[in-house]
Amino acid sequence: MSSYAETLAENVEEQSEEPTQRETPEESDSVDELTLVEAICDGLHTEMSQDERVMMLGEDIGRNGGVFRATDALYEEFGDDRVVDTPLAESGIIGASIGLALSGMRPVGEIQFMGFLYPGFDQLVSHASRLRSRTHGQLNLPMVVRMPYGGGIRAPEHHSESKEAFFVHEPGLKVVTPSTPYDAKGLLTAAIRDPDPVMFLEPKLIYRAFREEVPERSYEIDLGEAAVRREGTDISVFTWGAMTRPSLIAAEELAEEGIDCEVVDLRSLSPLDFDTIIDSFEKTGRGAIVHEAPKTGGLGAEIAATIQEEALMYQEAPIKRIAGYDAHIPLHALEDYYLPQAVRIQDGIREAMAF
Amino acid sequence: MMHAQSGIYEQDEHDRLRILDADGTVHPDATVPDLSEEELLAMYEALVLARRFDQRAISLQRQGRIATYAPMTGQEGSQVATSYALDEQDWLFPTYRDHAAKHVHGMELSSLLGPLRGYRQGYAIPDDVNVMPEYIPIATQIPQAMGMAWGYKLQDQTDRAVLCHFGDGATSEGDFHEGLNFAGVFDVPVVFVCNNNQWAISTPRERQTASDTLAGKADAYGVESIRVDGLDPLAVYQATRAAVRKAKEPGPGEGRPTLIESIQYRFGAHTTSDDPSVYRSEEEPAYYRDRDPVDRLRNFLENEGILTDERQEAIESRADQRIENAIEEAEALEADPDDIFEHVYSETPDRLTAQRDDLRELREKYGDEAFSEVLE
Repeated sequence: MSSYAETLAENVEEQSEEPTQRETPEESDSVDELTLVEAICDGLHTEMSQDERVMMLGEDIGRNGGVFRATDALYEEFGDDRVVDTPLAESGIIGASIGLALSGMRPVGEIQFMGFLYPGFDQLVSHASRLRSRTHGQLNLPMVVRMPYGGGIRAPEHHSESKEAFFVHEPGLKVVTPSTPYDAKGLLTAAIRDPDPVMFLEPKLIYRAFREEVPERSYEIDLGEAAVRREGTDISVFTWGAMTRPSLIAAEELAEEGIDCEVVDLRSLSPLDFDTIIDSFEKTGRGAIVHEAPKTGGLGAEIAATIQEEALMYQEAPIKRIAGYDAHIPLHALEDYYLPQAVRIQDGIREAMAF
Repeated sequence: MMHAQSGIYEQDEHDRLRILDADGTVHPDATVPDLSEEELLAMYEALVLARRFDQRAISLQRQGRIATYAPMTGQEGSQVATSYALDEQDWLFPTYRDHAAKHVHGMELSSLLGPLRGYRQGYAIPDDVNVMPEYIPIATQIPQAMGMAWGYKLQDQTDRAVLCHFGDGATSEGDFHEGLNFAGVFDVPVVFVCNNNQWAISTPRERQTASDTLAGKADAYGVESIRVDGLDPLAVYQATRAAVRKAKEPGPGEGRPTLIESIQYRFGAHTTSDDPSVYRSEEEPAYYRDRDPVDRLRNFLENEGILTDERQEAIESRADQRIENAIEEAEALEADPDDIFEHVYSETPDRLTAQRDDLRELREKYGDEAFSEVLE
């Protein structure tokens, strides 16, 4: 879709490694040190090898291997019946995926950037999300729609959106986003095997930000389960995707000030893991939510409202939302001001602590 | 070519496949499809049933026994014929107007009335039936039908085709173009049937496109097309049957997908909520009523000596009985409020279960009658 895509891929450069807490692969596993985008490619490869119903369709995903190389070398291995370069048509990709799933295939569609999804939005919300419900469970759609999302890579306009709230608001869709290479493969595997349509949102800011050990074997991370990335006692920080890293960095720096943050990576945005959210909040009594999307109507509002409903008596301070502003994400000269960086996250957490 | 007046443009009738002339005589040089007397009678009976069902449904809506209904009078000939041209294993993607097409391909009459009474049981697909629930947004079914056909081809299920209905208005939507384009590129076994009934609610055919024909749009996508007299059930059958065969077994140099422009006319309103006298003349429907698909097949069958008065009476009374039975079944449907919360996901999330329980508690507390009280 984008003539900028090639240069953008280069912008997603490897960044200095920041260790993140994660589940440790079993020792007997053969592992590779992979970036998040490599782990996605590995996950696609593993599933396609094991299940011949799995196929991919999208723009520039075949010979080109995807503008971010998320489908690198898959075309060569699986051929153009299973790694399909489609015409340039997002509604066609998603509409075709619905039909392919109905025929017994397990399609994984790629939308090149979230900002170009909208022609296919009708297919998602008018059909993909509700066919199970309409037919009272007779028909279901095991399909995945993958797309890179989020800002921070100096991309042109329309290449930096975080519109996860659109999908979370729609019953019948599942929405997941990984924040580590290990999770990327495990969540993607679970998404492909899931009987429902899953939106798989890829935080492109951290596509190549760091490496971690990823098992060669296939494994699933259950959809609907959040991960506590850092345990703490003073305040719960709820976040996901690319905002997990700056939240963890902020937490480490605040620890030096004596503020002990718990950082919860939601991973699954629909369904949300309310149990983990409430458990964490009841422990700390204070909360902050960090997301890139505009504050108003963002997922942070849902989390804060749920805490009000279910854990009011534990609450010691107003819940702080550290989010994108209620304006369009600016061109990249100003995007550092718009996106929650560690400085804003720390400031917000200090404010919640000071109440 | 100038198209001064809507619909009248379509009166140039030499550009389309026709087998029966308006009076039911076989068109010069045309060959009647190879159908047995029984098959012809069955097709006719389905037409009579469709016409009477339509009249009955409109009256049910007037009585407040069903909600908004999209009538099909004038279009049932094409609907019945396209479904007759399918094999049992083929899938049908219908719109909200394709009641007769759905019924002929296996859906019970009562299930057609279910959603109109607000019960989603009508969307249920019986085990041996391949009919998708009706599509209400315009043109969205086109890439999906294409995708299903593509999937069958990829899985080497070459005995399956997919038939997708839509109207003239749908050809202006992006999904029409995306679906046909994919169908051409991936050469998939799909038959697109454009039911050109001249009107998209109040918007006439010539306001949809400056193209001379809707079939012609297929050329842009490397998809073969044919125009057919949609008021002639035998012509529609022949064209569709050929397209279904070609989808499964294309000859040398042939593509699998086909666009059929079935030229029809919507005799009545868009829906029971619409008043066509606001936007079109009375002469226009009169012109097409003289070419009525039901009368046309009836005259043909009478001329051939296949249809007697006795048979006609039997067909009509069977149709009426079936319609009454269907209404009775549809009016006996019940809905459980718990239904709202089921089958949204493969496993119901805890929060949704809690919401179901909330509603149960409220019903317990206030009674079901309270939910339909109008507060003033």
